[in-house]
This record gives sequence, structure tokens and C-alpha cells, in this order.
Amino acid sequence: MSKLSRDELRSIADLARIALTEAELDQFSSQLDVILDSVAKVQEIVNDEIKPMSHALDINNVFRADVVGNSLSATDALAAAPASEDDRFRVPRILEEE
Amino acid sequence: MTAVDLAAGIKKKEFSAVDVAKAHFDQIAAVDKKLNAFLFIDEDGAMAQAANVDKKLASGEFLGPLAGVPVAVKDIFTQKDIPTTCGSRILENWRPPYDSTVVSRMKNADMVLLGKVNMDEFAMGSSTETSAYGPTTNPWDTSRIPGGSSGGSSAAVAGFLAPLAVGTDTGGSIRQPAAVTGTVGVKPTYGGISRYGIVALASSLDQAGPFARTVLDAALLHQAIAGYDPLDSTSINQPIPDFVAAAKHKDIAGMKLGIVKEFAGEGYQAGVLNRFNEAVAILRNLGAEIVELSCPSFTYALAAYYLIQPSECSSNLARFDGMRYGLRVDDGDSSVEQVMAATRAAGFGPEVKRRIIIGTYALSSGYYDAYYGSAQKVRRLIADDFNAAFSQVDALISPTSPITAFKIGEKLNDPMAMYLNDICTIPVNLAGVGGMSVPIGLADEDNLPAGMQIMAPVMCDDRMYRVAGALESALVSSWGGLLLDKAPRL
Repeated sequence: MSKLSRDELRSIADLARIALTEAELDQFSSQLDVILDSVAKVQEIVNDEIKPMSHALDINNVFRADVVGNSLSATDALAAAPASEDDRFRVPRILEEE
Repeated sequence: MTAVDLAAGIKKKEFSAVDVAKAHFDQIAAVDKKLNAFLFIDEDGAMAQAANVDKKLASGEFLGPLAGVPVAVKDIFTQKDIPTTCGSRILENWRPPYDSTVVSRMKNADMVLLGKVNMDEFAMGSSTETSAYGPTTNPWDTSRIPGGSSGGSSAAVAGFLAPLAVGTDTGGSIRQPAAVTGTVGVKPTYGGISRYGIVALASSLDQAGPFARTVLDAALLHQAIAGYDPLDSTSINQPIPDFVAAAKHKDIAGMKLGIVKEFAGEGYQAGVLNRFNEAVAILRNLGAEIVELSCPSFTYALAAYYLIQPSECSSNLARFDGMRYGLRVDDGDSSVEQVMAATRAAGFGPEVKRRIIIGTYALSSGYYDAYYGSAQKVRRLIADDFNAAFSQVDALISPTSPITAFKIGEKLNDPMAMYLNDICTIPVNLAGVGGMSVPIGLADEDNLPAGMQIMAPVMCDDRMYRVAGALESALVSSWGGLLLDKAPRL
């Protein structure tokens, strides 16, 4: 298997929204190489005939009646928020400034 | 005392539920400095629950079989207004606004919830060393790990800080800690216990279950928390078997038990295998028929697991974005993406970051088929091997962990060595069948506990209790008491 390059690792960490330090990039790239080499073993025994299994239970789309139940009040839902304002979550800017 | 003895004493008013809770808080105060099992001690809440049990008993109310019995709760279960950290900085000081189903069922059973116990960060680990709040130690030898990820639960029960505990098991996180601490730990059939209110690691593998010092105690707690829950769409809507009756049954004559050939060889400690072989001989003497069989795909289970589990966790842990609850690292001048990346960099430890990155990689286009797709096919082969095995035998047996408790720090920087601890337990989660660990003695090399894993088909968890109850009974009479009675005093 191709080894994970430092740049590749950095871009995957960006996708996962984790800011890695230079030291972490060094440490993880060698560790992840070992792990990926080892897990690549799964390719040895599979073929096109085998149906992938995503879940232990053979169930699909569990429905329930659409009944209004109890839910959290805005106060309770916002109690653990890092920042809130006017009964809403306050978040950092999501659009670039013009 | 066992949970059964405690419940009986409380009902007969030999002592009160308040006395029992108090005695456990005294033990926590005396020894938890050495163990670091508890992350949060809810003395006020627990004493109020205990007083309420005594009041109900005084008024003649009929109470359930575990009324007044204390329990330690892994810090992955939400409990209303009680801190739930999942062993992570990112959830430090978070107090959930609701109870998980497991917690609410234990409250409804009039159990006394002592507090929250330590775990590997987001349940990723086999040693409880990845907790952001420091490692928990093993009551048998405090320089060693108590297993993981539910190491706070195993240490609390083995150290007599609590007669019972609940944990979760995604790849062995109940069974391996139970094995290395000389306790009983059960990973029920997937869907047997509600996952509602459990912080998700890998949703298709995670399952909650009990820790106890005896098989019967484990059965009682399992019975109290099991069963269909409409709040968990993957919870099985079928009647649950009678685990308590199975634990008391003690007769295994005529049962067919299979030894999986693949669970042996390199990496297995000789002392663990010695105890396992002796336990097999006991089961044979008790009238079980022992068959050796092969499950060839199990050799690939570890590889499949370390793709599926990180893939699911990379997706599940995306919710920790610093927006609605938990940590937020914000200099006031950054975009939302930068705040998320900085928050997750500061809030997650190295093992969590490693797994999120592996999962993100395995799911990324171009690699999906080779990694995640192949792993899902291996998962099918493993489930097929279990089905074939269970068409020949009633239950399967193996060592739980190939080795006894290792030294703290020994494997922390070698992820693959750490992952090998779960080699016998992982296939069970991938297939969704039941598995439990029961103590079988001390390994010759180090005098540390070893466990036998018993595996049973979906929704046949009662078979595990039947085998474990009979085995425990024979072993306890040969030892003249529980294995834990041999543990050094803390």
C-alpha cells in the first residue's frame, strides 16, 4: 500500500477539522503507516461475491407514530452552549467577509 | 458482599440502604486515590436515593431485586445534571440535560448511583490510559492497567468501591477489563440494551452491559437494564431471555461448546492458556461436550475492526464541533472552520485524533472500496463463520484477553500492540452476538487474573449465563471463595 505522505495527512486532518501540530504530523505519519499496512490485510480474502455488511441487525427504516412528545426548553438546550444570544446558539462567522 | 447479599440485607433491614451507600463512599475515600476510578462522586444524589429506598421499605412498598444496591456508571452514559466527560477534555464540565435509558432504568430499579467512572477517551483504548483525567489502576497491582475502555468500571468493582458497574463494549471494552481484574463482564447481543444516551463511538458495534463480582449479580443488573426501547431504533423488539434463571441453573450437561481454533498461538500468554485449558476440562467434567472448530475469517477481524470502528467514530465525533455544547476554542477573529479545528485540536487526545484521521482516510473517495468496503465484506464473512459455528454448537469459548494486565505506559505509544488486546473479543462485536468474560484463575507467570470468554448467538445471552454460572460454581468451590478474595488489600 502507498504510504501516507505528510501532505496527504495534513489534508485529511483538515477534512476532519483537526489542527495538527508539526510534532503530531511527524508522530502520526509513522504510526498511521503501520496501522494502514496492517489493516490493508482485509483485501486479502474479499471478492466481488461477498455482500458487504454494515450492521449487525438486518433492519431498515424503523418508523414510529409522529406524535408530539416532551422536548427540552430553549433554556435547557442552551444551558451548555459555549455562547448564546436571544434563545439561539451564537456561532463564529460562517461566511467570509466581503 | 455481593449485590444479592446487599439487596437481601437491605430488604430484611439488617442494614439500611444508607449504611450500604455510606460504606461504599468510605471505601472510595480510602482507596480511590490509588485507583483513580471515579471522575465524579455524587454523594448527595446517592445518599438521597438510598434514603428514599429505606423510606419506601419502611412504608412496606414492594421493591425490585436490586433496590438499594450501589452501582458505578461509566462516564459515557448521560445522567441528568451529572458531569459526563467521556474521558475527554472536549466535554469537561458538560452536564447533560437528560438521562440515558440505562441510567433511568437503574434509577427505576431503585439502585443507588454512586457516580461516574473513568474510561479511555471516547472509549478508544484497552487500558484507560487515554483518559484526559489520568489512568485508572488495577486493584490487583496498581502499577498495571485495569483494562479498557471501561477500566473505571472494572477497577471500581474489583476494588470493592461498588458491587456493580455499567460499561460499554465496542470491541472488548467490557470483557477485557473484566478479564484482567478478575470480575464478570457481559457484552449483550447488539440491540439487547438501549444505546439511547450513550455517547456514540461506533454505532453499529457499541453495546452497554454489566460488571459484577459474580455471574448472578451480572445477570440481575443485565435483566434490570435490558429490553426494547423505542428511543433506540436499533433496539431489538423481542422479549428478553431470563438471565437470572440461567445464571442459577448450574447444569450444563449435554450442552455443546466450541473452541475456536484461531484463538490460540503466537501472542497468547502461557499462563492464560493453562487456566483456559483447565476451565475447559471443568466444563467437560460438568457434562458439556467440547468440540474444536474453525472460523477462518476471525484472523482478519482485527484489521476489519480497525477500519470500521474508526470510520464510524470519525463520523460520530464530527458532532463535537464546539458550537452547541462542550469546549470552544475561539480567539474571536476566526472562521467557524478554524474554530472547529482549534477546538478539536485542543479537546481531543492523540488516540482520538489518530482514529478520526484513519476513519476519514478509509472513507475518503479513492480509498473507500479498498478499505471500508473490504472491511464490511470481512464483517460478513465473520458473521457467516459465527452462524456456521452456532449451527454446530450451543456456545463458543475462548480466552477473553490473550494476556494479563500489562504495566501502565508499556503499550501507550504502540497503537498496534494495544489493539492486539482485543483479538478474541472483536469478532463478537462485528457479528453482533453476545459475549461475556468470567474469571478462571491467576496466570502462573504473574499471579494476575485471566478470563474465559463465552459467546452465544443473537438474543441467546441466557446460554452464556448458564455456562458461566456452572463454571463459576465449580471454580469457586475449588478456590474456597471468589477469585477476588485472593486480591491484595489496597
